[in-house]
Amino acid sequence: MDEVKAMDFNTENLSSQIGEKDGIKEKLWRMCRQNKLAAVSAIVILLIILLAVFAPVIAPYGESDTSLTERLAGPSSEHILGTDYLGRDVFTRLLYGARVSLVIGVMPSIIALVVGVTLGLLAGYLGGWVDYVIMRVADVMLSIPSLLLAMVVMYIMGTSVVTLFIALSLTSWASVARVVRSQTLSLKETEYVEAARSIGVKRWTIMFRHIMPNCIPSLIVLFTLNIPSAILSESSLSFLGIGVQPPSASWGLMVNEAKQYLFTSPWLCLIPCLVIMVVVLAFNFLGDGLRDVLDPYMKKQ
Amino acid sequence: MNQENVLEIRGLKSYFFTEKGVVPAVDEVDLIVPKGKIIGLVGESGCGKSMTAKSVMGLLRFPGKIAEGSILYDGKDLAQYKDKELRKYCGKEISMIFQEPMTSLNPVLKVGRQVRETLLIHDRSLNKSQAKEKTIEIFRSVGIPEPEKRYNSYPHELSGGLRQRVMIAMAMICKPKLLIADEPTTALDVTIEAQILRLMKQLRDETGTSILIITHNLGVIAEICDYVYVMYAGKIMEQAETFELFDHTMHPYTKGLVASIPRIGKNPERLYTIPGVVPNLLHLPKGCAFSNRCQYATDRCRSEKATLICAGEDHYIRCFHVEEELAGTGGAPLQADLTQAEPEQAELTQAKPADTQSVSTEVQA
Amino acid sequence: MKQVLKRLIGAIPVLIGVVLLIFLMLRVIPGNPVLTLLGEHYSDAAIERLTLSMGLDKPILVQFFNYVIGLFQGDLGTSYKYSRAVSEMIMDAFPYTLKLACMGVVFAWVVGLTSGIIAAIRQNRLLDRMFMGFALMGVSMPVFMTSLFLQYIFAFQLKWFPLTSTGSFISMILPAIALGWNSAGSIARMTRSSLIEVMQADYIDTAKAKGLFKAAVIMKHALKNSLLPVITMMALQLASMLSGAVITETVFAIPGIGRLATTAIGNRDMPVLQGTILFTTVIVILGNLLADLLYSALDPRIRKGN
Repeated sequence: MDEVKAMDFNTENLSSQIGEKDGIKEKLWRMCRQNKLAAVSAIVILLIILLAVFAPVIAPYGESDTSLTERLAGPSSEHILGTDYLGRDVFTRLLYGARVSLVIGVMPSIIALVVGVTLGLLAGYLGGWVDYVIMRVADVMLSIPSLLLAMVVMYIMGTSVVTLFIALSLTSWASVARVVRSQTLSLKETEYVEAARSIGVKRWTIMFRHIMPNCIPSLIVLFTLNIPSAILSESSLSFLGIGVQPPSASWGLMVNEAKQYLFTSPWLCLIPCLVIMVVVLAFNFLGDGLRDVLDPYMKKQ
Repeated sequence: MNQENVLEIRGLKSYFFTEKGVVPAVDEVDLIVPKGKIIGLVGESGCGKSMTAKSVMGLLRFPGKIAEGSILYDGKDLAQYKDKELRKYCGKEISMIFQEPMTSLNPVLKVGRQVRETLLIHDRSLNKSQAKEKTIEIFRSVGIPEPEKRYNSYPHELSGGLRQRVMIAMAMICKPKLLIADEPTTALDVTIEAQILRLMKQLRDETGTSILIITHNLGVIAEICDYVYVMYAGKIMEQAETFELFDHTMHPYTKGLVASIPRIGKNPERLYTIPGVVPNLLHLPKGCAFSNRCQYATDRCRSEKATLICAGEDHYIRCFHVEEELAGTGGAPLQADLTQAEPEQAELTQAKPADTQSVSTEVQA
Repeated sequence: MKQVLKRLIGAIPVLIGVVLLIFLMLRVIPGNPVLTLLGEHYSDAAIERLTLSMGLDKPILVQFFNYVIGLFQGDLGTSYKYSRAVSEMIMDAFPYTLKLACMGVVFAWVVGLTSGIIAAIRQNRLLDRMFMGFALMGVSMPVFMTSLFLQYIFAFQLKWFPLTSTGSFISMILPAIALGWNSAGSIARMTRSSLIEVMQADYIDTAKAKGLFKAAVIMKHALKNSLLPVITMMALQLASMLSGAVITETVFAIPGIGRLATTAIGNRDMPVLQGTILFTTVIVILGNLLADLLYSALDPRIRKGN
């Protein structure tokens, strides 16, 4: 009886009361049940990951098999999505492109997460000049238009997948760091952290054992929403011809190669564009759904 | 409806239709505000008193809505009105002031403009400068110092007491027939509280506006109310004239509320508190809503719902225990003062005070 | 005024950081810039002469100092490829980008705000779902996709607009829509959630209790408050908008800043690349400053310095 809170009649309180005792797993399950869009998105993402993993098995042709007699052909029974300007099977290229695009979507997000969490914790917990320097560097990174910054990095370090990872994580760590810092600042003042400090628990232990776990819901959301923006950035770079280099396939690169034929074979542009849009949309829906259940107050930060 | 009454609420049910079930925030409430009177509605937080007021003003938010009942004002049932029709009355004939003067004023608009707006909505013949003059005038009459200067202040530049005066000015500027004050002094210091209450009483005396005060503070009730309704978990538990209620407190819940008022001089070891908290309205006890906190609760209390019965002159109560006590059919003795109620009246149960005067005459008849 | 000064001073360390970063970029590029500059035919004497004239023989701190001094004089260096002053090239290109960005921002605000407000009013109804679906789609579409397909449909098929932009108003419409598309989506989403949150505030009840109709409550009381977070977000979006300009300018062949940057990469023309990045970043910082000031102008609580 005593656990039951006095009821205030507004919906927000009602739902927070309902959600209070759920763990992350229950919340995810609840999201899948209530938010159909997020559930469908999760399935779409899973499907595309599977397609990418099994690309060599599924693909009807080799990644770079060219057939100059069948250039720019429309959809047919041999090539269900047609062929590009070198006569390569578009469907095959899409499958292999998924591998590159997904890896380049996920890896920079992981790097951004690791760097952002570490620096955000340091800035929030230590404060002082450490905080000042880290946050000013973050400001600098967020002020430079990300595509231009990535272009410069690619220019300086050469075009390779690893430089793409670096180029794409350069700006996204900063927003992770900002969120983690602000949460650390408020968690630092809580009783249990004070208690841990008072019994002499080491700083690093407090930061990573006591504070970081509380940031995990926001981090899951941030991570999920970072992936689509990394995919978009990669495709933009590849579209400009300074990202993934041929003969590798990536969705952005496919658009880049197809754009000369936009007026004659528009579907060549349309197909990879649509795939990018669907994947990004799915990640965004999923991220939104996750935010609603895991972190309803994140929007305010 | 009775011409002597400004507002009659009859059988009002305001429910919240949530995913987890229906929450009966206001459950079969009958309430009357006679002309020129100050009526109190008292209860713990979460008992539905604010929702009663919001139902009148059409301020219930999704998923809440009026499920049943009527709200009679000037012979019209406001509960049936669409938002558009209701807005013509709000601010002009019925106005409301809110609990938090900090958050009830728009932070990005000057207070003068916010008060003036009310006037401009309802009186199209006024131009802006006339409305400004009137606003400054009412600022003066609600005791805001330097009204011309305050007209151009932003809410954050005013103290809590001054903001509440601004709220009162906003509510009173169209000279409404009914003022609903939802916890008007809860957020204020005690000295400011007394000033605000005095101001409201003075406004009532000057303009004849009826006032419905919603509060959890019995001190406020004792200070200015003529008649009191005690609400618990969406239901009226007891109602009586103020003096009668304090002199002959009957309902165990009201007794608990009265006993938890701190008093100087009477120096008990510990201040009395009612054990437990207001129950979750989604999982109300089967019988009397108060039964799980009531020390007199019997099996009947836990399984059956009590009805409002007459227990004295213009004094109604919803409690089996008191009912049985009055009827002399057993039950543990409550307290000495309860026996003062006349046994004849107690037998005439089941009457619902839809209209206090007429019902009590019917009961006597 | 104090507020303005404080913000200006706050932006200085960020500016210094940006300049330092961009300066260091020039130093870490593989290969000797002198060799890049001279191309295939060079003599040792020419290398020496150029190294001296570019000040590359001096210690790196002195070089940085000279670079900063140059910046204060408006000297962003000289293009390797065209032997023109970078500042001049940027000033030639900037009007195009400015026009494009302004039109894009206007499009984003008008479309984003309107659909955000409508969605908030019709919360959880069909119209809301539709608008928010479109908004999320807008956010999820790569800029080159919108650019290419606006170009294909409205310029190539329908011939309503020219295929490439000449800088005239009409020819800028498609690029501006392509550029503003993403931001419109974000603005719509932000406006909706912010407006819905503001509508929960106590002073909205006060406004309704006064007798204001729903539309008036939103326009007079809710909108101004709910715009505050949108403005902040919009300032943060300025950077991504300038990124987007790189793409739209490429697709529509607009000779703006973004085009300057992409061609600079093709030409391995480092000073131009540096100059454009420094320039756009300064614009972003100024934009953020402007948004801060706008925010405090709209919110009296901040204006008075609380």
